[in-house]
Amino acid sequence: MKRAELWVGLALVTAVVAMALVSFVWTPFDATAVGSGPRLQSPGLPHVLGTDHMGIDIFSRILVGARSALYVGIIAVGIAALVGVPLGILAAWLPRWGAEAMMRATDVAYAFPALLLAILLAAVFGASTETAMVAIGIATIPAFIRVTRAGALSVLASDYVLAARAAGTPAPAIAVRHVLPNVAHLIGVQASVSFAMAILAEAALSYLGLGTPPTVPSWGRMLGDAQTYLFGHPTQALWPGLAIAAAVLGFNLVGDGLRDFLDPKLREVA
Amino acid sequence: MSLFEVEHLTRVYATGRRRVLALDDVSLTVERGQRLGIVGESGSGKSTLIRLMASLDKPTSGTVRFDGRVVSGVPERDLGFLRASVQLVLQDPRSSLNPRMRVGSIVAEPLRSPLIRRERRQVDQRARVREVLDAVGLPADSADRYPHEFSGGQRQRIAIARALAPSPEVLIADEAVSALDVSVRAQVLNLLMGLVDDLGLTLLFVSHDLAVVRHVCPDAVVMQAGRIVESGPTQRLFSAPEHPYTARLVAAIPAFRSRS
Repeated sequence: MKRAELWVGLALVTAVVAMALVSFVWTPFDATAVGSGPRLQSPGLPHVLGTDHMGIDIFSRILVGARSALYVGIIAVGIAALVGVPLGILAAWLPRWGAEAMMRATDVAYAFPALLLAILLAAVFGASTETAMVAIGIATIPAFIRVTRAGALSVLASDYVLAARAAGTPAPAIAVRHVLPNVAHLIGVQASVSFAMAILAEAALSYLGLGTPPTVPSWGRMLGDAQTYLFGHPTQALWPGLAIAAAVLGFNLVGDGLRDFLDPKLREVA
Repeated sequence: MSLFEVEHLTRVYATGRRRVLALDDVSLTVERGQRLGIVGESGSGKSTLIRLMASLDKPTSGTVRFDGRVVSGVPERDLGFLRASVQLVLQDPRSSLNPRMRVGSIVAEPLRSPLIRRERRQVDQRARVREVLDAVGLPADSADRYPHEFSGGQRQRIAIARALAPSPEVLIADEAVSALDVSVRAQVLNLLMGLVDDLGLTLLFVSHDLAVVRHVCPDAVVMQAGRIVESGPTQRLFSAPEHPYTARLVAAIPAFRSRS
C-alpha cells in the first residue's frame, strides 16, 4: 500500500520534472508570444488545451510553468534546509535554556504567516520570483529546525554517540558522521513535503501578483488570469489547477513514501 | 598511586522539579591491572559511575582522578590522555554501532580522533583496523560491511575491536555481554578476558549478574541506590556477604545442582 503511494508520487514528480525539461527544448507554440493564436479557444486542435485570454497556447504555458514551480521549490527548500538543518542540530546540542530560547524563537517564526512575509518582502524589494522564493524559504526554516532537532536529540542520546565521545570524536565530527546521516531520512521527508508547500505558496503568490511577473508563465498566475473568465471558459482554470494539484500531491506522496522507505527500523522489519 | 581515584562522587539528575540522586558520595580506587566488578541492579548507579569515571558526564560534586590527574569537569580538549587510555564497551551492540557507518570506519573512529592522535604514536589506520578485527576473530573483509550484516555476538566483537583500536590501558565493559544470546555470551566473555590478559588491561566490569562477575573479577563493589554498600574480594562477597543487599543478590543467583 505504502509502496504504491511512493510509486504514484514518483510518477507525478517525474512527470512535472519531465514537463520542465521538455519545455527547454520544445513547446508546441511560443509560451510567451501574445496573439500567437485566437483568444480563449476551447481545447481542441492545434491548441490541445486551448488558448488563454491573450491567445497564448495553454499547454505550452503549462509546460514552461513547471519550470517556475520547480525553480521556486528547489531554491526555497534549499534555503530552508541549508539554514534550518544546522540550526536544528545546534538546538539539539545547546544546554536546556539555550535550546528553550531558540525553540521559542522558532515557534514565533513559525507563527508568522508566510504570505505576510512575502507581501513584506515584495513591498521592500519588489515583486519577483526571487522575492517569492526567499520569502517561502525563510518561512519554511522553522519546520526544518524542528524536524532536525527532534531527530538529532534522539541520535545524540544514542549509545553510538556515547562511544564516539569516549573515542574522543570532536563535536563537529559527531554532527557530520553520526547525526546528519541518521536524520537524513527525516530531512528528506520534510524536504518533499515542504517542496509541495513551496509550489502551492508560489502559485498563491503569483495568483496575488506578488510572485512571478506576468511575462513569465506560472501556474499560479494562469489561475489568477483564468478567474476573470471562470464562467464563460471554465477550462481555463482547470489546467493550471490540475497541474498544481498533481505536483503538490506528487511531492506529498513521495514525502510519505520516503518516510517509510528510508526508516531503517521499519525496513528491517519488512 | 592508584590508576583511578574516585572521591566523594555525587551526581544528581534534575528534570524539571524532580531530582534524582543517581550517585551518592561514592569513593573508590582502581589499581593498575586490577579487574574490578561493579555489581548492582538497574538504577543502582553503575552506569552513572562509569560515565563519570570516563568523564562523559560532569559530577554534581566530588572528583575523579586518572593516573593522578583530575578528569572530572575538565574541558574536553584537555582529556586526550583519558580518551586514549580508557575505552568503553557498551551493553547493546545494536545501538552502540552507528547503523550507517561501515565497520572499518566504526573501528577506526578512535584512531581518527585529534585528541587521541596527540597522545598516541601515529599508526596506519587501515592496518590497525585489520589488526584489531583479527584480534577479536572477525574476517578482514568485515571492514567493508555494515553492522546489520552481523549477528549480535559479532557486533559486540566489532564494539570490542573499536575499544581496542587506540591501545587503551583500561577497558570499561558496561553490561557488555548481558544483551547477547546465552549461547554466544560465553564466547564473547572468553574473548574479552583473553584480550584483557594478553594486553594487560585494567578492567572495570559492570554487571547485574553476580555469577558472571565471580568468573571474571577477583574484586567487586556492590552498589545499591547510588551507594557502594559493600566491596571486597568476590569470593568473600559470595561466601560471607556482610550487607543484606549483597546477600540477596547472591541468593538470587539460580543454582543448578546435579541430582545425586
